[in-house]
Amino acid sequence: MANPSGDTGTFEELAMPLFVRLYNFACWLTQNRAEAEDLVQETFMKALKGFSSFRQGTNFRAWIYRILRNTFLTSQAGLKASVSLDAEDDAPPEPSTTETPESVLLARIESETIQSALKELPVNYREIILLCDLEEMSYQEISLAIGIPIGTVMSRLSRARKAMRTLLGAKLQRAIE
Amino acid sequence: MSCDFNRDKLDAYMDESLPREALAVFEDHLHSCPTCAAEALARLQMKRATRAAAANLAQSPEFSMRPEFRLRIEKSIQKSRHSVLKNRWLPWMAVASVALLLVAVSVPMFMRHAERGEAIAELLDLHVATMASANPVDVVSTDRHTVKPWFQGKLPFTFNLPELQDSPYKLLGGKLVYFKHNPGAQLLFELRKHQLSVFIVQDQQGVMPLGAAVTASSDKGFSVETWTHAGLRYVVISDTSPTDVHSLGDLLRFAAK
Repeated sequence: MANPSGDTGTFEELAMPLFVRLYNFACWLTQNRAEAEDLVQETFMKALKGFSSFRQGTNFRAWIYRILRNTFLTSQAGLKASVSLDAEDDAPPEPSTTETPESVLLARIESETIQSALKELPVNYREIILLCDLEEMSYQEISLAIGIPIGTVMSRLSRARKAMRTLLGAKLQRAIE
Repeated sequence: MSCDFNRDKLDAYMDESLPREALAVFEDHLHSCPTCAAEALARLQMKRATRAAAANLAQSPEFSMRPEFRLRIEKSIQKSRHSVLKNRWLPWMAVASVALLLVAVSVPMFMRHAERGEAIAELLDLHVATMASANPVDVVSTDRHTVKPWFQGKLPFTFNLPELQDSPYKLLGGKLVYFKHNPGAQLLFELRKHQLSVFIVQDQQGVMPLGAAVTASSDKGFSVETWTHAGLRYVVISDTSPTDVHSLGDLLRFAAK
């Protein structure tokens, strides 16, 4: 897990090591290579332009991911994809007794199926799973990157994973039938 | 699942985000609860499977990054950074430009001031030398019709001398001087016990960088007044008051018309 704070250096020193990961994240958000490239390019330009506002010694990764996310949400693709589920974040997670257990899912589900389920998730669920599981961000970093309280990070993540399990269960069921 | 332990902590546990105290309690529970331990393991495996599946998207043929893309970004950053740097330096460049402009303006002004001071100083020296000389003038006469003709053939210009009959000033005479290698006239006047020198030289560019208008100044206690008329530079120098110097100047200017 990356150090959540203490980033110092030039823009290139801090940003370029994140280039491939940002592109991958952009692909997941946009589901389109050209749009992902545009998103990454715009993110880098915005970040470079606003780099003077970045406080050296704070978390650069969370800062630039937030720029990418906000850029995506204000893009045409982002506006189409984003369905605000913030209202659900405050509600307690539903009981998990009806979910398909991961142990059952994992035994039968291949990587492509997980990718397919991720793509089908609402964008705010997809992004929080990616930030946590793929980027290995701490809840604190996710809170900074998305701009929501840590409690909301936890509840949204719980819902996102539940939705993921439900999608995978449905895919598994269709495969069996 | 028969365990009623708070499963909400499972996510925080596998995300390594449980507080230290809660982590110790939860791990104790996992040691004693096979159901929760299995669930925690399964979720951890799902997390890893999700990471593996998600990480491969950019390598898939559909999303694989084009080689030129990274190059394009790097070029854009360089180009934009130059622009940012240019903008960042713009205020400083503006300040530098103003400073250069000030230097460009002030240096010639300073030079002109220096040249002017140098010219006045040279004439002051001539005046002081005249005062100290046993023979202050070459043509000794109170008659302007004697003094003026004396300069004929000695100067490439001519001038008029004022009628002093009804004035407190008295013409003592004149002599030929060289100012910056150019011939000029030095006329000596008297007012009470004070003596006044009037220098008349050609107003050539660079010889004396002074304005055309009547300009009074003070230098080392001497009163100085200068002006130009009809291509000639007049400079009056005396240890008397500026008013007295100016009054003689008025007489000379009137005579020159």
